[in-house]
Amino acid sequence: MTPVLEIDDLRITYRGSRGEVPAVRGISMSLEPGDTLGLAGESGCGKSTVAGAILRLLPRETQVTGRIVLDGDDVLTMSFGKLRAVRWAGASIVFQGAMHSLNPVHRIARQIAEPIVLHEGLSSDAAEKRAVELMAQVGLPAWRASSYPHQLSGGQRQRVMIAMALACSPQLIIADEATTALDVMIQAQVLALIKRLVAERNIALVMISHDLSVLADTCDRLAVMYAGKLVEDGPSHEVFAAARHPYAQALSAAFPTVGDPAERRNPHGLAGDPPDPSNLPTGCSFHPRCPVVRDDCASTSVELRRARDDWRAACLRVEEVA
Amino acid sequence: MGNLSTTPPSVSPSGGAGGGDDAGYSAGTTPPGGVHRSAARRELWRFLAGRVSGAVVSMLLVLLSAFFIFRVIGGDPVRAVGGDSPMTPEQRAEIEERLGLNEPLRVQFWEYVKDVFTLDWGQSYVSSAQVTDLMWDRLPNTLLLTGTALILAAGLGVWIGARAGWRQGSTFEKTQVGISLTLWSAPTFWLGMIVIIVFSVRLDLFPVNGMRSARGGDQDFLPDLLDVAHHLVLPACTMAAVIYAQYVLIMRSSILEERGNDYLTVAKAKGLRDDVVRRRHAVPNALLPTVTLIALQFGAIFNGALLTETIFSWPGLGLLFYQAIKIPDIPLLQVLFIFFAGTTILANMLADIIYRFLDPRVRRSA
Repeated sequence: MTPVLEIDDLRITYRGSRGEVPAVRGISMSLEPGDTLGLAGESGCGKSTVAGAILRLLPRETQVTGRIVLDGDDVLTMSFGKLRAVRWAGASIVFQGAMHSLNPVHRIARQIAEPIVLHEGLSSDAAEKRAVELMAQVGLPAWRASSYPHQLSGGQRQRVMIAMALACSPQLIIADEATTALDVMIQAQVLALIKRLVAERNIALVMISHDLSVLADTCDRLAVMYAGKLVEDGPSHEVFAAARHPYAQALSAAFPTVGDPAERRNPHGLAGDPPDPSNLPTGCSFHPRCPVVRDDCASTSVELRRARDDWRAACLRVEEVA
Repeated sequence: MGNLSTTPPSVSPSGGAGGGDDAGYSAGTTPPGGVHRSAARRELWRFLAGRVSGAVVSMLLVLLSAFFIFRVIGGDPVRAVGGDSPMTPEQRAEIEERLGLNEPLRVQFWEYVKDVFTLDWGQSYVSSAQVTDLMWDRLPNTLLLTGTALILAAGLGVWIGARAGWRQGSTFEKTQVGISLTLWSAPTFWLGMIVIIVFSVRLDLFPVNGMRSARGGDQDFLPDLLDVAHHLVLPACTMAAVIYAQYVLIMRSSILEERGNDYLTVAKAKGLRDDVVRRRHAVPNALLPTVTLIALQFGAIFNGALLTETIFSWPGLGLLFYQAIKIPDIPLLQVLFIFFAGTTILANMLADIIYRFLDPRVRRSA
């Protein structure tokens, strides 16, 4: 099967007033139709940068190298015309914070219909009719079509975003912190909705979040990023339960087990701050915070190593830690 | 308009799929909240009443100050009316008697209040025509000049400002901001004189002043129109140049405020062209604050008309005001002052109301 998305040695460097800041430092991954991948990591680890790069939405001065092959074509080298055709039709994004992701002065049916008009050449009437159908699929009543974004609740707005992402039947949907701003009940609703819709349509999903439990629940595979690199990539429930990389372990341990008072009184956090991307530690960039650090960690740069057939981790002690 | 704002988001064919194919719309189309609707309408009336009563209070203050301002500024109307020839005290007293200037200020004020309520604005000291007639005669000329300048400045300013804000940090932005600031800093009378020297005197492209050539009104319609248009170019451009900067700078900064918003990234991710993202998504949002600020600048526009008309001898209200203040022709000054101030108050009130109808957030919430 041809992969929907293939990322090969992706490196992204922001150029700012403080010089060059490497945000993503060599990431490779591949998704086939129907694959669901969760991408986890703390703020600033580069996960949203990866999402932006897939549709080439990063600021113009950003330096991006490597390959991002979307449905057979390299996004990074294609012409602007082709790029515009691929955007939304090939892959769409459900952005975080639905509050500001919808244009406040346009009615929501119009916003959902906009990419349909653009990519499929439908009249705006026909496209808005399709938009109403899409709204029904995400559980929004038809009379909401003529509402403005501010008239909807946070959960409804997020569902509008999902309907919008489905509008052109893309092969890939990227959900960037799609449920972060929602309360727990609504979050569960929206997650179930995304899970069902991508399964029904055999759409590949990349879900980005800092919340490992959300990802483990929604996705088959789980990848953990740290300081611009993948440090772990494996089956989601197993990674969540027994990660190989010490950072991924710390991330999953940060969620207390419900009903375990001993753990509740003694939550596992991780000391220290995420590293400054413009001034990364040598060797394994996690070593200053690592609870099981070894002498050679500061000098040896670590790439992903096979821990099992379907499981990779970037740690020198990958065998023993497991 | 009021009806539009209170209609709940139901099946409106105009807003959606159009007649006939609204099968999708009619399934479960009744939005909840009839109670909410009447509350919203009450809220709207309260809002309108607040704006209108605010405007009425301002207008009363204007009427009050119109009386005093022109009696404080000094000058000798009797001298102006009587001409340059020497006057006997008797002649002087007679003119004062005729103008009502011999009465104590208290009585004059009382007369003024009565005249205001009967809408009798009096006669000009100079021409003894009704001041309102003088004003209505000149008004179309001012409207022609300010209207042209306003459309020119607002249209061009909003367009250039949006492009400048969209490409922050570009040479285009820096150049346009520089030009705008220069024009803004230039005094109108100075700019007007430079324009006259360059384009009329040196290059002889446009007439120096006035609104029509000496041939006057005995021309046919089309030649007359062209003649007026020819005279209009310099004053309209001068006036537009001075107010243009405000539109550029306001529009630029409101585009800048919109730029960081995620909905623009979404629009870009949808595959829209960059200029479509700007026009369809960024500009409508950026226009909301701009509209209000534009209307708030209305007073400045009349101010500009006064200076521009004086320099170019454009026979409008500004020139009339200038001529009246030299005398001072108090009844004429009063009525012009009230007219200028009233227009500004009205424009501000309308700006508030228009803003409410333009922005769906303000329209439906609160």
